[in-house]
Amino acid sequence: MMQLVKENIEITCVINGKSVHQTVLSRMHLGDFLRGQLDLNGIHLGCEHGVCGACTVLVDGLLVRSCLMFAAQIDGCEVQTIEGAVEAGAVSLLIEAFQKRNAAQCGFCSPAMILTTAEIIKNTDRPTREQIREAISGNFCRCTGYQAIVDAVEDIFDQRETNR
Amino acid sequence: MTNQIQRPNQYIGQPVVRQELRRLLEGKGCYVDDIQLPRLCHVVYVRSPHAHAKIINIHLAKALQVDGVLKIATGKDIAAICKPYLGVLSHLEGMKSVPHYPLAIDRAMWNGHPVVAVVAQTRAQAEDAADLVEIEWEPLEAVVDEELALAPNAHILHPELGTNLCWEKSIDVGEVDLAFEKADLIIEESLRTGRHTHVALEPRSIIASYVSSDQQLEVWHSTQSPHMMHWILSHHFDVPESQVRVKAPDVGGSFGLKIHIYGDEMATVGMSILMGRPVKFVADRLESFLSDYHARDHHIKVRMAVSKEGKILAIELDDLQSMGPYASYPRGGVNEARQVFNLVGASYGVKNYRARTRAVFQNKSMYGQYRSVGRPIACLITESLVERAAAQLGIDPLVFRKNNFIPQNAYPFKLVTGPTIEILSQHQSIDQLIELMDYKNLMIERDDFRQRGILRGIGFASFLETSSPSSTMYGKGGASISAADTATLRLLPTGSIFCTASINDFGQGAQTVAAQIAASILGVSIEKIRVVLGDTDASPYGGGNYGSRGTSIGGEAILQTAKALKHNIIEFAAVLLSVEPNQLDLIDSFVFDTLSKKNLISFEALARQAYFNLEKIPKEYTPELTVSRSYAQRDFDGVFTNGIQASYLEVDPETGYVKLLKHWVLEDVGIVVNPLLLDEQIRGGVIQGIGAALYEQCLYSPEGQLINGSLVDYLVPLASEMPDIVVGHTFSATKISELGAKGGGEGGVAGSSAAVFNAINDALKPMGVHVNQLPVTPQRLIQAVTKNS
Repeated sequence: MMQLVKENIEITCVINGKSVHQTVLSRMHLGDFLRGQLDLNGIHLGCEHGVCGACTVLVDGLLVRSCLMFAAQIDGCEVQTIEGAVEAGAVSLLIEAFQKRNAAQCGFCSPAMILTTAEIIKNTDRPTREQIREAISGNFCRCTGYQAIVDAVEDIFDQRETNR
Repeated sequence: MTNQIQRPNQYIGQPVVRQELRRLLEGKGCYVDDIQLPRLCHVVYVRSPHAHAKIINIHLAKALQVDGVLKIATGKDIAAICKPYLGVLSHLEGMKSVPHYPLAIDRAMWNGHPVVAVVAQTRAQAEDAADLVEIEWEPLEAVVDEELALAPNAHILHPELGTNLCWEKSIDVGEVDLAFEKADLIIEESLRTGRHTHVALEPRSIIASYVSSDQQLEVWHSTQSPHMMHWILSHHFDVPESQVRVKAPDVGGSFGLKIHIYGDEMATVGMSILMGRPVKFVADRLESFLSDYHARDHHIKVRMAVSKEGKILAIELDDLQSMGPYASYPRGGVNEARQVFNLVGASYGVKNYRARTRAVFQNKSMYGQYRSVGRPIACLITESLVERAAAQLGIDPLVFRKNNFIPQNAYPFKLVTGPTIEILSQHQSIDQLIELMDYKNLMIERDDFRQRGILRGIGFASFLETSSPSSTMYGKGGASISAADTATLRLLPTGSIFCTASINDFGQGAQTVAAQIAASILGVSIEKIRVVLGDTDASPYGGGNYGSRGTSIGGEAILQTAKALKHNIIEFAAVLLSVEPNQLDLIDSFVFDTLSKKNLISFEALARQAYFNLEKIPKEYTPELTVSRSYAQRDFDGVFTNGIQASYLEVDPETGYVKLLKHWVLEDVGIVVNPLLLDEQIRGGVIQGIGAALYEQCLYSPEGQLINGSLVDYLVPLASEMPDIVVGHTFSATKISELGAKGGGEGGVAGSSAAVFNAINDALKPMGVHVNQLPVTPQRLIQAVTKNS
């Protein structure tokens, strides 16, 4: 039998708050690893060349495209996916706002859109609509007009101001 | 729907949120690629690197040695178990094509044509092996230029046809020559639209699982039309219809992409049949660009005769549509040409009309329906001429349109090209648009910027949509595509309602719309309705979603089914309680006596007696608490809808960039069942049209190589460049159905390209230039500007 590249690498990392020890193929990207090996199917693969943003996850607190990272690179890192964010209750208000505004249609880009907009909410005081648009411009949505998404994010800031 | 008394549980017209959205937002959706099955293996395809080439030999030995490889099949292997398909619709006179098979056999016909199927335990293994498949090619001359394809010395793709012309249609009605002789103004234009594609974010995907013991074929397919696929798989693979099941799980967008038959998807089913185990195929983005259907590739020559009073006197059109190498199956692939031919000038009821349309075979990716088939092109042609005519005559473009629209008292109006328009609200749409966009002040603002040397423009596009097609669209031509849709409703023992229908959901919110209609008629709270769609084992037979028909046709089937179930519930209660049925109504899960104003019996109590304890029911009476009804639109070829869009933007002549400032849409879809879902669907359509106007184009080299087959090179609209879009509605009542909904899924895209195009040309007016090709890329804009200076 012919043997192609098949180098195995051991990694230890924290994924959605739980310690994970796995053997990964050296060439496997993080998105394939999370979906294929850990059944974290909330990540979607829309292009696998880093443009569409559907595979977005947080690695050590930073938004990354999981198709542009090797699984082996997360050794020692902390990863959060949509599943972890939902479980931690970190995005429940946002999900509610998206639902109210109908800020999703087919849902394929949506989990990544939720993670991305959650970062805007965490890191920004009161963005303009243009700033929100800029911040989600790495996430391609073919169904909505993006407007409902911007509206949903604004709703969160409005709620925040009302509660002050 | 207007004469109903005030009562609870009335959801039609309400902005009901989609309950199923939470699951998708939380990442718990289940798309085809998320499905795992025992013994599931993965197929990848070796595709042609040439636009046109003879296959001399295929060597599989090296590939077969790769770890995990289970089976490799060529075009011949699949053809042995799959009947060929021919994409000709017999009612389109003179249409030609040739039968073809899932994989290329002797010849590859486009760059991306699947040739060899490689199945392995993992996708990575299959990809490794695919790299080692060796194909000996003899490159042939490729047909990649539409106009040269029809030249006398052109290379003919299908010698048996003797021509590269797939279909041609002409018309010459009224006094066209006379009208042009009499015209005070003739606007003449050559327009070019950019070949582009759907780019649904979830790529095409399918799992086929064949069990030879009992010939069971189960398929999970990212599709718009499960029942259509059911027929096709049964017929072409000769599997008994009774043994086939097609399920569409969550579908990640489609826009017409997933109503076609694809060779790689058919071959995946073939591999499962050959191997007797489940096989999964998920296209990656690069092969999506190479193998998804393309659309909107037209060369247009057109002229319009106009009187000095601003009346359109005649239109003469010559349209050339570039296709792929075969007519597409089962929808033909010339519907764009057909729609452009029918609809240029249609808003204005132009009576003197000479037109020719031709659809031409090419060595490019397969070609066919994309959301709002042909209408954006018909709109671009008509509306760009209208704006130029208005400008040259010094007439306001909205006034010009109003003076030319089909008069409001002329409906139903038969177009010279054949179809009849039931009713539109075109005049009303202009009146409302003027208010909505504060037109007067916006013009002042634009002119003010112009004074300061900043090029701002306002552009309009009045558009027509054909929705809710009858069987004259496909079935009349022999295609096995249902024009009817069906719903089934049943009362469950605790008083909730199970609803299933042949329409399905790939983001529109069909589940919610179905529940809204059923709940409103049956007088139950919407939470009590469970809706199941997209499974041929569960749902009744019907067309699924195409041509903006989910709400207008599927919704009417649900409404009629709900009325039938309501009738049966009332009748059962009347028998049981010995009261007159016509004094009963259903309100809030109870049978309500309109005379005593009292609830007589709950749905739950009724259902328990029907299912669990039948003693009190007279023996001669059988309660029927499961009912089905079908509906098909048979009054018109399609139900026309209309709208108008406006774009406000700024052009930078130095960089060639266009900054979109705002966009307005007014659309008439008849009764709006759910404004929350509809309005954002319209916005999504608008930005798809903006993509066509500014960014999107599949570029081929002269040799027929697709040169921008990635999302890095093929630009799509992203949030940062898109404007806020204001949506409003006008209304004209259709008599086709009791629900009164016309289709609304496609109108957004029908007018937005033309509105943006017209706004760019309005902005360029001070420079005395205009553009005539989509997409208006920075390069094209700079070229237009510099040509004149």
